[in-house]
Amino acid sequence: MLIAAKYEKKLGPATREAFGRALAELGRENPDIVVGDADLTKSTMTTYFAKEFPERLFECGIAEANMVAIGAGLALAGKIPFVSSFSAFVMTKGFEQLRVLVAYPNVNLKVVGTHSGISIGEDGPSQMSVEEIALACALPNFVVISPADEAATKWAVRWAAEHYGPVFIRTGRPKAPIVYNSDASFEIGKAVELVPGTDVTIVATGLMVAEALLAAGQLEGEGISARVLDIHTIKPLDEEALERAARETGALVVVEEHLVDSGLGVRVAQALAKRCPAPVEFIGLEGYAESGSPDELLDKYGLRAPNIVDAVRRVLARK
Amino acid sequence: MLVASMERTKDPAALASICKQIRRHIITMTGAAKSGHPGGSLSAVEIVTTLYWDVMRHDPARPDWPDRDRFILSKGHAAPVLYAALAECGYTPKEALNTLRKLGSIYQGHPDKRFIPVLEASTGSLGEGLSAGIGMALAARLDKRDYRTYVLLGDGEIQEGQIWEAAMFASYQKIDNICAIVDYNKIQLDGFVKEILDLEPLADKWRAFGWHVIELDGHDIPALQKAFAEAAATKGKPAVIIAHTVKGKGVSFMENNPKYHGVAPTPEEVELALKELA
Repeated sequence: MLIAAKYEKKLGPATREAFGRALAELGRENPDIVVGDADLTKSTMTTYFAKEFPERLFECGIAEANMVAIGAGLALAGKIPFVSSFSAFVMTKGFEQLRVLVAYPNVNLKVVGTHSGISIGEDGPSQMSVEEIALACALPNFVVISPADEAATKWAVRWAAEHYGPVFIRTGRPKAPIVYNSDASFEIGKAVELVPGTDVTIVATGLMVAEALLAAGQLEGEGISARVLDIHTIKPLDEEALERAARETGALVVVEEHLVDSGLGVRVAQALAKRCPAPVEFIGLEGYAESGSPDELLDKYGLRAPNIVDAVRRVLARK
Repeated sequence: MLVASMERTKDPAALASICKQIRRHIITMTGAAKSGHPGGSLSAVEIVTTLYWDVMRHDPARPDWPDRDRFILSKGHAAPVLYAALAECGYTPKEALNTLRKLGSIYQGHPDKRFIPVLEASTGSLGEGLSAGIGMALAARLDKRDYRTYVLLGDGEIQEGQIWEAAMFASYQKIDNICAIVDYNKIQLDGFVKEILDLEPLADKWRAFGWHVIELDGHDIPALQKAFAEAAATKGKPAVIIAHTVKGKGVSFMENNPKYHGVAPTPEEVELALKELA
């Protein structure tokens, strides 16, 4: 199932598209699955569920706080609700409701944010979610999943429905490079070692996993053996895999499409500080981005394989 | 020792006598805790008592009964009135009421499902309970169950924008298995509601949002009984009861006194209050 270091980037469906398809599939299997959306069904892709199960899709209008709290009520009455909107809206406008009605009493609500990161493109920073890994991870009892591609997203949605407790799934707008075979299996809280390596470890999540694979291929050509870890579960974090990476490769680069000061990188650094301190370089966003095509933005804001390669060189110099 | 049984009644005099007992609990609990919100607990006593002893379908022996009516104390700071009712019904231990707000107590400062699983929701951050109640009402509709959901709101609480998101949603979705009650005691933490952010014309606002509105004296038990029946009989739209109440009701020196929104009675005041509630 794992892809070799010679990774060839091939685009698959967007992770939001995978979410929408998986949700409709689940809807067919379990009548307790219900969905809330805030006037974005055609963007979050809950539209597939809405078409098949209109009576179980609650269109809340542009009122995310109300949607999240209605979701909590549905869960408290025994349903398995998924509420969805752009990450930028559901996690910010719904945060306080998630805190008191969901996280603290451990209520069985699933939150799926779409249009995460800067790769949404032209709509610009007001719609780009670059803070929500921090927000979701701040909530006790929440499991936080950031899938890399279609297969990983489908697994995440299914896992969330079967798990009792709050879950946040981070998905994106653009077509996502295929990383996994469609039958790939995952374990919650366990990183996937996509490429073995001994000199350095690239730790990536979401859309950045494909860039990490490209970087590892380029580094191999230069004689540098880079391990690639896909952190699909950001919380709970696979501290063992990170400790092993630090012990066995001695240096790490973390790459994420999120603010660098509050996302996966800081959680990795915390884990390593506890278990096995090692030099780490962090790639992420320093601040808010701008409008542009997704590719232009990822280039301009340094979220590409060559940026990872540069960071690897920097971190190797610190070994 | 928990006695999971209670004597329900429709008799207003009997309900009034339970109200007095609930008020005594509120005074002694907050007095023992030396903190808490007695004023807004006392204003809601008739509402909560009428619901638990007459109106609501529930059974302390079967707290997880799927067809039980749901009650959400959206104004979570009035926890003492709910704790007193749950204890008097036999859901939770009466003898522990005076551990309110103390370390390790199930009677947390605001209602907390982790400590009292029979609570329908954890509340305390204002503005959220109506939406959660709507979620429960939607679940009832999907499951074809006929339980009703009651949500008690504070007057200051409905300054929160989410209340009006929820109000708009409930009427648009024709949710008629929910009943909101506004404990309109006219006082919030910083003072009189009308001097902070006036709600008037309140009934018109709810009507404009598509709700069936019933206005009454929130201490008049027969009026409450009639109103809950009218709410249940209202089809195709949600119902709200605007209950005009007196903050601190039943204790002369607490009535209409903003001080007692969030200040507990002193031991001397507890003694005086209990005399009045004898």
